[in-house]
Amino acid sequence: MGKTFAEKILALKSGKESVITGEIVTVSPDIVMSHDNTAAIAKKFKQIGIDKVKHPEKIVIPLDHCIPAATEKYAANHKEIREFVQEQKIENFYDINIGVCHQVLPEKGHILPATMILGADSHTTTYGAFGAFSTGIGRSEVASIWATDKIWLRVPETIKINIEGEIPPGISSKDIILHIIGDLGADGALYKAVEFSGKVIREMDIGGRMTLCNMAVEMGAKIGYVEPDEKTIQWLVARTNKKYEIIKSDTDAKFEKISDYDISKLEPQIACPHTVDNVKPVSKVVGTKINQALIGTCTNGRLEDLKIASKILHGKKISSGVRLLVFPASMEVFAQAMELGILQELVKSGAVIMNPGCGPCLGAHEGALAPGEVCLSTANRNFKGRMGCKEAEVYLASPAIVAISSLYGEITDIRGSLK
Amino acid sequence: MSIQGKVWKYSDDVNTDVIFPGKYTYTITDPKEMAFHALEDLDSKFAKEVKKEDIIVAGRNFGCGSSREQAATCLKYAGVGAIVAKSFSRIFFRNAINQGLPLVQCKEAVENISSGELIEIDFEKGKLLCKKGIFNFPPLPESVLGILKDGGLIPYTRKILKIKKGE
Repeated sequence: MGKTFAEKILALKSGKESVITGEIVTVSPDIVMSHDNTAAIAKKFKQIGIDKVKHPEKIVIPLDHCIPAATEKYAANHKEIREFVQEQKIENFYDINIGVCHQVLPEKGHILPATMILGADSHTTTYGAFGAFSTGIGRSEVASIWATDKIWLRVPETIKINIEGEIPPGISSKDIILHIIGDLGADGALYKAVEFSGKVIREMDIGGRMTLCNMAVEMGAKIGYVEPDEKTIQWLVARTNKKYEIIKSDTDAKFEKISDYDISKLEPQIACPHTVDNVKPVSKVVGTKINQALIGTCTNGRLEDLKIASKILHGKKISSGVRLLVFPASMEVFAQAMELGILQELVKSGAVIMNPGCGPCLGAHEGALAPGEVCLSTANRNFKGRMGCKEAEVYLASPAIVAISSLYGEITDIRGSLK
Repeated sequence: MSIQGKVWKYSDDVNTDVIFPGKYTYTITDPKEMAFHALEDLDSKFAKEVKKEDIIVAGRNFGCGSSREQAATCLKYAGVGAIVAKSFSRIFFRNAINQGLPLVQCKEAVENISSGELIEIDFEKGKLLCKKGIFNFPPLPESVLGILKDGGLIPYTRKILKIKKGE
């Protein structure tokens, strides 16, 4: 019987010949990521009673959740992190001018196929787009790994999701993953490894694969995974000189379930308030008035996302009732978008260009909503209170849908303007 | 290890944003203050009225969403003695254990418990006693139970590193 990617890598990282699903193994991760929560983690680390982290070279810390600091309290938090990084000689620290963790780690060459990345952030699943095993953990766990270099993990069953067909015009990876989450539900892949495969995935660029793996956690998945291919290798060439291997599921591996999707007739998809699995085709919500439109975050703040938005907004003005906020996912994306004239286009259309970071996605600062307001966002969560106000509503969609809707002040089907 | 407490019952997919809103994640650092905001966006009565050892009973996928550990911390410091659910989101499951907050996964029990009733849980025996009867649940794996018994992951880590004290 063959093995899945998850079984193979957990055997490798726990130093065992082989493991079976359900088994609990102890592993040493390759990378441990934390962000603005690092100060709180450092306090827990000190409570353990030791002074030095075991492997400073494994630690990566980007600041992104509330940058630049919104208040004195956030500023003090950042200051504690900078001091901790100095004290522990942590070299891979990215201050407020670099970007969102899930964009920055791949850009800076920290993510390699067949490595294990654990992060104090639920969307750590993103790095499965590069064939890595990556998942979210809690603050105490990061502190404990800093001290011991060890953590327990359960070997997950794997669900394979085959995506076939031709991507229709106006449809992106965001629509595909929203459709799958709507279909399987918020716990449809609870504790499972989710392996995305099929023709559509092979043809999909790395950014699209990152969007899929980023949102795998919204159906409860432990990891998302895409088998590395020539596209992955090409992407990595520009980022790192480090050697890596590639681990794939065997062709006769035992999957718990195989789900097939043909997306040839897929409509743009919208996640409606207040759960990510409350997904409807755009035709059901067209005309819903919006106050704010947001393009960015770790889900859809990449260059290709901004390109799509600027193409749609080119030469047009956003609706007078709408605030359009654009958060490039990293400073690299910001600089490229500037050089290509994308940011200029967006500004001419009435967008506010924000600095790379998480922005209002989790309601901490920048662009919070007022009671009764509606935001259409490219982010990954729309829970009640998510953007700072429990009387506000958040809809999730692709960059194309958010861009076209900002022109009309209401949720709009992109396909109308493609004809 | 057993507890008795009053039930606060909720439905499926109770997410971390309604348990502990994201806007507080970096501004509130004292666990006792976190407790004042527990379940703030789901049930405004909860934080004011919850008593020590009260038990949350919920549907599927409890704690879905963010990895924020404060979602478990705020419930623990609000006095919650255990959470019984049909299933738990994986990071919340880990966070609760790591905070020394016991979890029981038992679909049948959830379907038979009403809000406000008094229930009793024996974690060692894997038994839950409520008005409608006794329900059995599988005990947690040994390695996970060890963390719970030590009062959470930080004291557990301190123990395995054999550090006597450290604050």
